[in-house]
Amino acid sequence: MNTLKFITSGNVDDGKSTLIGRLLYDSDSIHTDQLGVLKKQTKVEGVDIDLSLITDGLRAEREQGITIDVAYKYFSTKKRKFIIADAPGHEQYTRNMITGASTVDLIILLIDARTGITTQTKRHSNIASLMGIKNAIVAVNKIDLVNYSEDRYNEIINEFQSLLPNLNFTTINYLPISAFIGDNVVSKSDKTPWYQGPPILELLENAEINEPIDQPLRFQVQYVIRPKEDTLHDYRGFAGRILSGTISVNDAVIVGPQKISTTVIKIEQNRVEVNTATVGDNVILHIADDVDLSRGDHFSKVEDVQPLETKEVNAMISWFDDNPILLNKTYLVQHQHKTVRAKIAEIGRKWDINNWTFEETTDIKLNDIAQIKLRLNNALFIDNFEENASNGKAILIDENTYNTVGALLFKNEN
Amino acid sequence: MSKDYLDQLEDEAIYILRETAAQFERPVLLFSGGKDSIVLIYLALKAFRPGRFPFPLMHVDTGHNFPEAIAFRDYLVDQVGEKLIVASVEDAMQKYNLKETPGRFPSRNALQTYALLDAIEKNEFDACIGGARRDEEKARAKERIFSVRDDFGQWDPKLQRPELWNILNGKIHKGQNVRVFPISNWTELDVWNYIKKHNIELPNLYFSHERECIEFNDKLVATSAFIQPKEGEKVIKAQVRYRTVGDMTCTAAVPSTSSTLDEIIEDIIYTKISERGQTRLDDQVSEAAMEDRKKQGYF
Ligand SMILES: Nc1nc2c(ncn2[C@@H]2O[C@H](COP(=O)(O)OP(=O)(O)O)[C@@H](O)[C@H]2O)c(=O)[nH]1
Repeated sequence: MNTLKFITSGNVDDGKSTLIGRLLYDSDSIHTDQLGVLKKQTKVEGVDIDLSLITDGLRAEREQGITIDVAYKYFSTKKRKFIIADAPGHEQYTRNMITGASTVDLIILLIDARTGITTQTKRHSNIASLMGIKNAIVAVNKIDLVNYSEDRYNEIINEFQSLLPNLNFTTINYLPISAFIGDNVVSKSDKTPWYQGPPILELLENAEINEPIDQPLRFQVQYVIRPKEDTLHDYRGFAGRILSGTISVNDAVIVGPQKISTTVIKIEQNRVEVNTATVGDNVILHIADDVDLSRGDHFSKVEDVQPLETKEVNAMISWFDDNPILLNKTYLVQHQHKTVRAKIAEIGRKWDINNWTFEETTDIKLNDIAQIKLRLNNALFIDNFEENASNGKAILIDENTYNTVGALLFKNEN
Repeated sequence: MSKDYLDQLEDEAIYILRETAAQFERPVLLFSGGKDSIVLIYLALKAFRPGRFPFPLMHVDTGHNFPEAIAFRDYLVDQVGEKLIVASVEDAMQKYNLKETPGRFPSRNALQTYALLDAIEKNEFDACIGGARRDEEKARAKERIFSVRDDFGQWDPKLQRPELWNILNGKIHKGQNVRVFPISNWTELDVWNYIKKHNIELPNLYFSHERECIEFNDKLVATSAFIQPKEGEKVIKAQVRYRTVGDMTCTAAVPSTSSTLDEIIEDIIYTKISERGQTRLDDQVSEAAMEDRKKQGYF
């Protein structure tokens, strides 16, 4: 079975750490010597081991008592391997959540049964949707503290469902849990007989994540393999990972910025020749003609919808830097393996992530998400993020500090 | 058709290795002789053959290695036909007048940093590929795939770049370098399952064998030129294997009769003591030990 990567989100104290801790603990993923350390650290009266400490990483953060970065945790059951991106939920850590969300397939939205839906719940759902996460589990936690009330549970679920028109999830599961006690986490609780579905671990084990297969081929040269040995004098392979779609030997392709037509004559994967390769595969492509391609040059199939070739890009940007974005300053845009220089030509509207509304703005600051227009010194071959996520995204790099200062989701009019 | 998780991990690692080759001028692969770096070499073959590796291999040699590990290192290097650089911790100790940790089980772990940083400077390496995994230790759980270090090799948890999707930003200033971790997302068990799946050869230290050991704090330590039994201390012949291959002076053996990969995998599933806790004599000093060492430029 494939791996499931997921992120958990919720307000501070909604029980995120406790839930992750319990999943790791109950799946035997915590080793006894780590447990020893955790026991020593546990300061809660009457509690043997504070499950929430498991996900809590660096000392600096422990001192402050909050999680300030994305930490990755691993566990597996007989059925599946899981990777958890543990990111903080505070508004001032939107960038961390965006980072965590960028690598996952599913989000667990934790809601405290006592407080119900909050602004943060909306924000986290919106961010997940924006980042293209299609699967969600809405877990109403601390159900023990509302006496396992079905009415309260239904009230919260109904309110959540009223948010759905704005969200782009394709699969949503709802359930009541108590992360602390363990109700409906690993096994079904007999205290919630009104809930008919499986416990959360089972939902995770069975969540289906399918890479879209019907998409056009998108491929960029990542690295050119050109051995210097005499025996391999004529060998020139274009190595890279297929971003979307499939490719086969004899496919007619268009390559590079000059859009040269040629044919794929050989595909290597893991040191053997294959006939066809598909999204996610690392391949080495060989073409019929002697075209001088370099890193970042794209391949598309003649029969497919072509990517948009453009020196002007509209995008949603999530801003990560402490300094605000600057109009007319030069940045670098890294679109998978191709890096071009870019200027911020226009700042559009800012997205109020709490309410899914847009407002006029003149600046973009840390944790803001906004529309921008970029002008590039060289054309990129892109898709819109919503149509083809793998070719529709990029990062923005400060040309001076080399820090990654923004995440870009392309959104152009066709 | 969805991929097996081991294939997914392999895809990710090959992708990272190629990205490193493409983005850096002078990368190097840190080869410890342990199973994780043996897997890295196997992955590099998949990433770059029929071409040569676009980087040399480098072993930071503490001088306290198991002879079996050194022999295997040379055998493997010979087999793949790639270049090996050896950075000597003993040279660095002389040059900088360094002392290993005192006591009966001296550790040169922390001193590796000096030899490593010297070698980085001398060879102008801008990226060091290592076999560290996020599941090894709390402090590693937040480690980036491309982790930027300053010229003191230091790692600042607060200044790490966000890593979005699988787009890796390897842009650095002169004097900085990057530690690259292609198998970040693997667990110990994943490594073993992968070794089994692809039948990757390992030093025999990993498999059950008979060895003369002394018992210390419930741990078995092999006797050697470095570790001699004290007066009256019992030397026992034990059936053991190693879970990690570190220094002879401070790596404990685990009692085990597992002599095949299947048996080892079963062992791991049933042992609830994590790799570091079970085998390192020097790591439990403080819970934040790793974090401190990383800040000082350790891998
Ligand atoms: N009664 C009860 N308490 C819970 C539950 N989940 C978490 N808690 C408690 O709520 C507090 C905050 O939980 P924590 O996991 O640290 O929240 P986080 O900030 O979201 O990570 C802790 O004292 C937990 O023990 C639950 O399901 N029931």
